Amino acid sequence: MSAVKKQTEDLVNVQVDGHWIQVKKGTRMIEACKQASAEVPHYCYHPKLTSPGNCRMCLVEMGMPPRPAPGQEAELDNDGHAKISWMPRPVIACANSVAEGMGIRTQSTLAKECREGVMEFLLINHPLDCPICDQAGECTLQEYSVEHGKGESRFLENKVKKPKNVDIGPRIRLDDERCVLCSRCVRFTREIVDDDVLGFVDRGSHSVLTVHPDKPLANNYSLNTVDICPVGALTSNDFRFKMRVWFMRETKSVCNGCARGCNILISSRENKIYRQTPRENNEVNSSWMCDSGRLNYHFLESGARLTDPMIKKGKSHETVDWPQAIRRAAEGLLKYKGDEIAIIASARMTNEELYLVRVLADTLGTRNVDTLKCHGEGDDYLSHEDKRPNTNGAKVILKLSSPGSKINSIKRDIESGSIKALLVYGENIASKGFDDGVLSNLKFLVTSHILANPTAKLSGIVLPGAGYAEKRGSMINATGRLQLLNKAIEPPGNSRDDWEILQDLNRAMDGKDFIYELADLFSEMASVVPALKGLTLSGIGEKGVPVIETGETIPLLEREAQRVKQGLIAG
Amino acid sequence: MAVPKYIKGKEPHKSEYRMIFRNVDRRGWDASIKSYIADGGYKDLKKALKMKSQEVTDEVKTSGLRGRGGAGFPTGVKWGFIPPDNKKPVYLICNSDESEPGTFKDRYIVHQDPHQLIEGMLISCYAVGAKVAYIYIREEFSEGAKILENAIEEARKKNFLGKKILGGKFNCEIFIHRGAGAYICGEETGLIESLEGKRPYPRIKPPYFPAALGLYMCPTIVNNVESLCHVKHIIAMGGQKYAKIGTPRNTGTRILCVSGDVVRPGYFEVEVGKITMGELINDVCGGLRKGRKLKGVIPGGSSAKVLRAGEKYTIGTGESERTIGINDIPMDFDTLAACGSMAGSGGVIVMDDSRDMAWILNNINTFYAHESCGQCTPCREGSLWMKKITDRMVSGAGVPSDLKTLTSVGDNIAGRTICAFGEACAWPTQSFVAKFPEDFKKHTSRRNAGKELNPESKAAAAGLKR
Amino acid sequence: MEVSRELNKQANEYISHYPNDQKRSASLPLLHLLQQEHGYINEESMNWVAEKLDIEPIHVLELGTFYPGFRQTAPGKYHIRVCRTLSCAMAGCYETMEKFCEVAGIDRSRVTHHNPIAVSEDGKFSIEFAECLASCGTGPVCLIGDEFYESVNAENVAELIEKYD
Repeated sequence: MSAVKKQTEDLVNVQVDGHWIQVKKGTRMIEACKQASAEVPHYCYHPKLTSPGNCRMCLVEMGMPPRPAPGQEAELDNDGHAKISWMPRPVIACANSVAEGMGIRTQSTLAKECREGVMEFLLINHPLDCPICDQAGECTLQEYSVEHGKGESRFLENKVKKPKNVDIGPRIRLDDERCVLCSRCVRFTREIVDDDVLGFVDRGSHSVLTVHPDKPLANNYSLNTVDICPVGALTSNDFRFKMRVWFMRETKSVCNGCARGCNILISSRENKIYRQTPRENNEVNSSWMCDSGRLNYHFLESGARLTDPMIKKGKSHETVDWPQAIRRAAEGLLKYKGDEIAIIASARMTNEELYLVRVLADTLGTRNVDTLKCHGEGDDYLSHEDKRPNTNGAKVILKLSSPGSKINSIKRDIESGSIKALLVYGENIASKGFDDGVLSNLKFLVTSHILANPTAKLSGIVLPGAGYAEKRGSMINATGRLQLLNKAIEPPGNSRDDWEILQDLNRAMDGKDFIYELADLFSEMASVVPALKGLTLSGIGEKGVPVIETGETIPLLEREAQRVKQGLIAG
Repeated sequence: MAVPKYIKGKEPHKSEYRMIFRNVDRRGWDASIKSYIADGGYKDLKKALKMKSQEVTDEVKTSGLRGRGGAGFPTGVKWGFIPPDNKKPVYLICNSDESEPGTFKDRYIVHQDPHQLIEGMLISCYAVGAKVAYIYIREEFSEGAKILENAIEEARKKNFLGKKILGGKFNCEIFIHRGAGAYICGEETGLIESLEGKRPYPRIKPPYFPAALGLYMCPTIVNNVESLCHVKHIIAMGGQKYAKIGTPRNTGTRILCVSGDVVRPGYFEVEVGKITMGELINDVCGGLRKGRKLKGVIPGGSSAKVLRAGEKYTIGTGESERTIGINDIPMDFDTLAACGSMAGSGGVIVMDDSRDMAWILNNINTFYAHESCGQCTPCREGSLWMKKITDRMVSGAGVPSDLKTLTSVGDNIAGRTICAFGEACAWPTQSFVAKFPEDFKKHTSRRNAGKELNPESKAAAAGLKR
Repeated sequence: MEVSRELNKQANEYISHYPNDQKRSASLPLLHLLQQEHGYINEESMNWVAEKLDIEPIHVLELGTFYPGFRQTAPGKYHIRVCRTLSCAMAGCYETMEKFCEVAGIDRSRVTHHNPIAVSEDGKFSIEFAECLASCGTGPVCLIGDEFYESVNAENVAELIEKYD
């Protein structure tokens, strides 16, 4: 006999499948079950969206202690809890909240019959085309069929015919026969991104999801609907028929499309990325990300990728090996005095790389160090106007109060000839005001980039680096959160991880001991950068840690918090 | 108030108690406000406006009036669910979507006595604090909508409606809102969604109980046409006196609509529970056609579970427990529920021994498959599946497992859907198959295999013919 | 799409029946207006309603396709709706339907779920089955336009049709 825990102000006692647990007041039954490790299957429920209760998959048995007659004590069970009187009808666990003394049965005969019945209903008109369906392997219809299905069909009728391969927007295809009409996508477009373009037409068993012919699903968040579609109804044009999901390796990382730093999963196989999907982080991007960030990985496959270090000879570049390239770069730089050298770094670089830039600048004795400011259009959801993922890292590590503010003076000094050597990292400055006329004043130009761009073309030495998915490292996003990039694939050819290139260059000049692990480099950095004090690379974790106050808020998250408060969503 | 005389051939049966239908088929009567006022109309509105609104609600509670739309929920109790600390506007909606097959009562109120409805609505609005009311009327009653619109204008001219009604402080507007052919709009939250201009998908309850979170998320009372008319009479005679009509817990009168295989189908207003099924069919409706025997009755609209002739029902408890047959069932809410069916909307469909219940069920299944809104899984998929099975059965392609499948599909719908449509579409299948298995087995023998018939064809008609 | 001033005025009147921030409520009334005008609801009509009510066009499409009361194809000059549901079926509505088709020269063989209306070759009559018209005691019943007829059986269909030309 276990002692009954008293109902506190915030917690209530709930019995799930015979076990009493305490959960926060107002918790949805389905979330309470989850906390008790009793996963309740569902299609329409999504914690970030309102609960229409339409799929009926989460039906469970529910009971409450009967209200005792006046003057009478409640009857107690062996555990000392008030006895539960079970309701004859099942209830949906998704939209109902717990109450003190509530009982939930997820494994009773009735609950099982309900699930089996709903599974059968969802499958009778489903095309069962799993072999050619992109969702196969991550489809809840498949998963629940195994767990909760009948295992046989008794449907002798013709299936309802519905539209297939419907073009509902530039990035999405719809198969209405696969759709289970859960309305998650409709609610996402309506509730999260205010682009209410999806709807159901016709009725009954003939109901189909669609868009108006004049108004496609084209917003910059449209691909989130593919993620939340529990079946294969919505598929991404980018991913369709490219790869079976079970072959892919998932790498947890951070999107580099802007300063938001949306947490992502990079799915790859044999050194090729097939898709990126948002990874839930309720401090950054909730469960979402924008389409442009999601599809951004394609530039890593560009034909213009640099694969070897190169040195300019006459008008063209010649491939060299790394030791030669590093030596020539070091020698070239050491010819100049500190104030004759400038470094344009990039807020695309990781903290570790930026730290090595700082070391390099110290070695060279230059204070002409800056990053480019690169702002574009942001929105009221996730997309940030700062199109560089690590501007805050650049601020903290390179001690720049206002990144980009020195760029004009660097440019002037190049034009006047007082700056003679320039190192450029990760930016195509030739298209940012440093045209041929400016750069031709330089005596020595070194570029590290991943693409063969005009800046590289003008450079004496070109050092091919790695893209964001090809390396590990940390960054600080717009709201001051330190987050971790992980390596999903290898950089192409002989290109290398940037921190290694930078370290080689540093060591070629300062002769200090090499650091062999990124983690050690991080620790060294943390010992000199106050904002990172006491942190370790592994300590960053999957969801990051806040390191600086930026005063910025995330509108989308604020709205979600508001909806949680109003009880509209579980959150 | 004169004693009404009725059109020849349409006189009420002697066992009727005409209150709501007092003016239906009345000789020299028309839908104008002149007729209505000459007969004492709008006096009860004046009386109600002199009472406190809570007193009006209390009278309705005392009267024991139960909703005439189908569920039979006490009207006064429903009104009492409006949160006491409410600061939002309150809406009243008259449900005139009359769409349960077998039901045809609101039609006559709307067409022949619109002012009775308007008066009942105004009194109800006053009671619940509604300044705006809507009459949600089914699209097929286009003539009725015009009549109501005209009646509203007449009432406005007499200041029964609009601003400062009858010189007092009460303001109230009534608007007509036409549906467009959807059974689901008879479900109150589906109706509310429809009125909001959305697909009429019923809402989940909790949390969306209309009395708290109804139209535009404001407290909303949805009442049936007939229920709202009763309110007028409750105010006229007082709740206590009204409660003496009918039987305890089943008070007042109600309109029974009889169709199907009787000599004189029609509408009959009777005291609730004061007439039995046998009296209704045999006396009031003139019995079955010559040479025919009763086979079954659907007692409360097509969604009500069918009753089979010859069945025995045990009703009452303790000393009052007794066993009765189908003809002995008093037509009230509680007894019909005790017999395993429901009084529902008062639509009684009678079937004689010439009928093949598989054809009957197929017709009903076709209706529900057509009307399922498609929001939630069991009803959306199950209603069409049941129709397809009975389609196949009546087309000569039934198989022996069909009976079991039909029943279990029904079992997998009832009680598991967002709204009561789940029961509405499952109950006919569950009850017909359980009570008339022999009719269904006829269609599942192997001899029938291969007979391909389209249910909407001539042959289908033949199947429903005698 | 251009609408008459009269229709626009009527539309505004309907819109005024609902709170200012709930114009969407007028969707059904406006669709009815346009159907009265054109005989059915086409895409242009739906777009007009969406624009008038300042709502997404998909939301009007959602309604136009949900309610069978809104016709998605052009009916004949006179549109007949025969009640198909139980009491009328028991009273012989299928024969009524067949007789209507025979007398009005309508071929229903191509009627489907998505295309419920059949039109006579001369375009004068169109016909469809409707679900319960709520006059079960006097079946078979039908609507021709807005006019309602009771006890319409195979014997009196021809006579009824004659009234329309």
